[in-house]
Amino acid sequence: MSAAATLLQFLNGLAAASSLFLLAAGLSLIFGVSRIVNFAHGSLYMLGMYLAVWLSARAGYWPSVAIAAAGVAGAAALIEMLVLRRLYKAPELLQLLATFALVLLIRDLALWAWGPEDMLGPRAPGFRDAVTIAGSRFPTYDLLLIVLGPLVFFFLHILLRRTRWGTLVRAATEDREMASALGVNQRWLFTAVFALGGLLAGLGGALAIPREPANLEIDLEIISDAFVVVVVGGLGSIPGAFLAALVIGEVKAFCIGLGYSKITLAVEFIVMALVLVVRPWGLLGKPMALARGAATVELPLGRLESKTALAALPIVVVLLLAPLVTGQYTVVLLTDIIVFALFAVSLHFMMGPGGLVSFGHAAYFGLGAYGAALLLLRAQWPMETALVAAPLFALAGAVVFGWFSVRLSGVYMAMLTLAFAQIAWSVAFQWDGVTGGSNGLIGVWPASWLASKSAYYYLALLLCGGCIAALWKVLDAPFGYSVRATRDSPLRAEAIGIDVRRTRWLAFIAAGTFAGVAGAVYAFSKGSISPETLSVPRSVDALVMVLLGGVQTLTGPAWGAALFTWLADALSREFAYWRAAIGGVVLILVLVFPRGIAGYARERFGK
Amino acid sequence: MRLLMLIAALACGSALGQPIKIGELNSYKVFPAFLEPYKKGWQLAVEEINAKGGVNGRKLEVVSRDDGGTPGDAVRVAEELISREKADVLMGTFASNVGLAVANLAGQRRIVFLAAEPLTDKIVWQDGNAYTFRLRPSTYMQVAMLVPEAAKLKKRRWAIVYPNYEYGQSATESFKRLLKAAQPDVEFVAEQAPPLGKIDAGSVVQALADAKPDAIFSSLFAADLQKFVREGNTRGLFANRTVFNLLGGEPEYLDPLKDETPEGWWVTGYPWQYLQTPEHKRFLDAYQKRWNDYPRQGSVVGYTAMYAIAEGVRKAGSTRADSLIGALSGLKMESPFGPITWRAIDHQSTMGAYVGQLAKKNGRGVMVNWRYADGARYQPSDAEVRKLRKQ
Repeated sequence: MSAAATLLQFLNGLAAASSLFLLAAGLSLIFGVSRIVNFAHGSLYMLGMYLAVWLSARAGYWPSVAIAAAGVAGAAALIEMLVLRRLYKAPELLQLLATFALVLLIRDLALWAWGPEDMLGPRAPGFRDAVTIAGSRFPTYDLLLIVLGPLVFFFLHILLRRTRWGTLVRAATEDREMASALGVNQRWLFTAVFALGGLLAGLGGALAIPREPANLEIDLEIISDAFVVVVVGGLGSIPGAFLAALVIGEVKAFCIGLGYSKITLAVEFIVMALVLVVRPWGLLGKPMALARGAATVELPLGRLESKTALAALPIVVVLLLAPLVTGQYTVVLLTDIIVFALFAVSLHFMMGPGGLVSFGHAAYFGLGAYGAALLLLRAQWPMETALVAAPLFALAGAVVFGWFSVRLSGVYMAMLTLAFAQIAWSVAFQWDGVTGGSNGLIGVWPASWLASKSAYYYLALLLCGGCIAALWKVLDAPFGYSVRATRDSPLRAEAIGIDVRRTRWLAFIAAGTFAGVAGAVYAFSKGSISPETLSVPRSVDALVMVLLGGVQTLTGPAWGAALFTWLADALSREFAYWRAAIGGVVLILVLVFPRGIAGYARERFGK
Repeated sequence: MRLLMLIAALACGSALGQPIKIGELNSYKVFPAFLEPYKKGWQLAVEEINAKGGVNGRKLEVVSRDDGGTPGDAVRVAEELISREKADVLMGTFASNVGLAVANLAGQRRIVFLAAEPLTDKIVWQDGNAYTFRLRPSTYMQVAMLVPEAAKLKKRRWAIVYPNYEYGQSATESFKRLLKAAQPDVEFVAEQAPPLGKIDAGSVVQALADAKPDAIFSSLFAADLQKFVREGNTRGLFANRTVFNLLGGEPEYLDPLKDETPEGWWVTGYPWQYLQTPEHKRFLDAYQKRWNDYPRQGSVVGYTAMYAIAEGVRKAGSTRADSLIGALSGLKMESPFGPITWRAIDHQSTMGAYVGQLAKKNGRGVMVNWRYADGARYQPSDAEVRKLRKQ
């Protein structure tokens, strides 16, 4: 690269960093104070874009930026008051499920309100053109962004450091319970922080429209970027987010400038993985205060006693008889449900009793699926051996990724698992010669004796059912209790001789391997696989299933998987706006059954 | 005995005007901009066909489903259409990975599948099967339509930008191969492969400009294309450079550009305003009357795909898979773009595309200097196709 090119890519990186910072600052604030992993932050940003494009045709661009930001702030405040406020007492991460429902609702709302076509906004008045820098033309609007990012940062800095309100926010970020005990009204603090976060998201979206069109995919496309910036910077740290945005913006610009554009598919996740391995709390983050309450007071899971097992007998009988009395499609759907039940149960194994949250559990599901396909198609193994050996791929992945992940805790660990999953995804996506690239691999069919849907269903039932039973059994074995001990009190567990890190690592490996079993069974039931099997949405599906069923119950995740899969199937047939329908149903379930459906049943009908 | 009578009754029923059931599946909520017009297209076709009494005395009945946009979900939905809805034939899909997965299932379950939208070459070549037919001109065909225009310019230094997934990769690969064959002294000086939907347009435009190309070949579309065009316009990337953009003239991708439309670009697309052939006039009038909107590329695809199934069943005289395959192979039919043939050799239709240049008119993008590129003329040799299509 010439000196001029280097300078220009550096400026491009700065402009990108400003947009990233605007996007991430609000998310970081919200997380810092409320500990909510807000999946809907990208949706708020998208809402800001649509509002700004729509309004700028009526009120002009600059007023529309202000109105859009204010409008999104209002929407965020409403969301906090109507939905999230009811969930602060619920088990950790349940708010995540609510924000997931909001993503679905807001996307369909935007489709309904503004139609399917992308909406390219106007250029910003006063900043339409370019100036010549080092012989190249550089947009004046990008220069404006380069100034605006630090300006917003400065404003936030003053707000947080020099005002009473800012002091309260910082106090709550550092220790929420202590702030509350000292008489800070959390309710209004949370609403205000949420509104401010929404304001920043709306502002970021509105300021993005001179550079990119409002479109319906943007919400999920940018949410992972936002998380990366927040986590790399350190959760809740605004200067950290600023620094991280700078690093990622520049790294991307120079990857492109140097001709390595293909790596931009995953480069931010590679950066995040590196940072988290070296600095477990991000660049400028601090170790989180231990959340008092929540997980530590959870009742131990009921053990699977013979009485309970007996109660499960009718279900087993129904499942065994299903192919004889129902249509073929029901069998296909049941196969999916059983596969996802194992997928959800395997996630729950580490997430519920172990307290090890993974945002990238699909990596192991996908590794199992790819393992099956590769052994069958590339190594020409018989289907049966491929199916049995495929989970070893997931096991290998879990051994490596888990070793790094269990060194971290809480959301940092979850984000590291997400980073690994994205890296695995981008390998599957780009390695054309082996994985078939974005198209994936087709022709992954079971052996002829399993070709009928019923035969394959029985195989899936046997394998997945057996694995689910095994996982539940392990939770009641000494290993399961030591896993639980590492969650409830790592210090005491260490003191009585449990190797905490090793126990967590083993739990991670077990969960990953069993997810791999689910993935392998899935691959042969579909006849094809593509990178989508290890993508973020699939990981989110697993989280949704676990949370829907009840994270602090034993059988909940299986019920959650059944309910979610059935809902998705039934609603997509009945409603044009089926995503909104799913979102609505999930939202209602969250509000009515904050402990999950199985958790509710346990509370209501005893143990 | 009673079972026999029942079977006989059912058989009679199908002959005596049982509807022809078409299982349609597509990613309606993932790609609504393309698929809402597509749905209107096939709905119009169904209404027209049924108003004329259907096919062989049987009406068309479409069971339409959202496939969720992922191969796994799409395969489940297709299973539902096959086993619960008892569809006679499958149609639809958009993304290539979903199309390939459903095509493979169709081969396994022995049901005819008309892949309407997917562009991947593999669905009719490397991964093709007897049961799968594809309507739209493939990535290879559309690239081949642009290459003669590119070769005419005699530009030496080319830069390439494409979305980093199979469509962009194979478009780039075909373009480089075909242009090199037509113009051996060509040089490819830069290649940028931003992730689909996430182009860092400023950096990409700068990197392309730094390579000082004479011409650019792009296969970007949708939001990526809009970002690229706006940055390129502001930064002067397109001044004194010829740009080729696959699919850039399709209304779905051209219309959002409005006054940003870059003039002079060579594109493949659909200049619906200017087509004066009687077959297109008839389609345009019917579409505008029915939907009070103008057709997009997707509308033509949906409309023609439905007619293809109807024509196939008419010629076959039944909906049995093997006779339908026989009927569709080599079938000649009308389309809004003129007559098309379903090639027996690889089950690809010869539907073409319009090649032309972009221009601005009243603040909107349009295509000018266009001509119809008949898909039959932009195919590799039969020997090559046979080699690719192993089975």
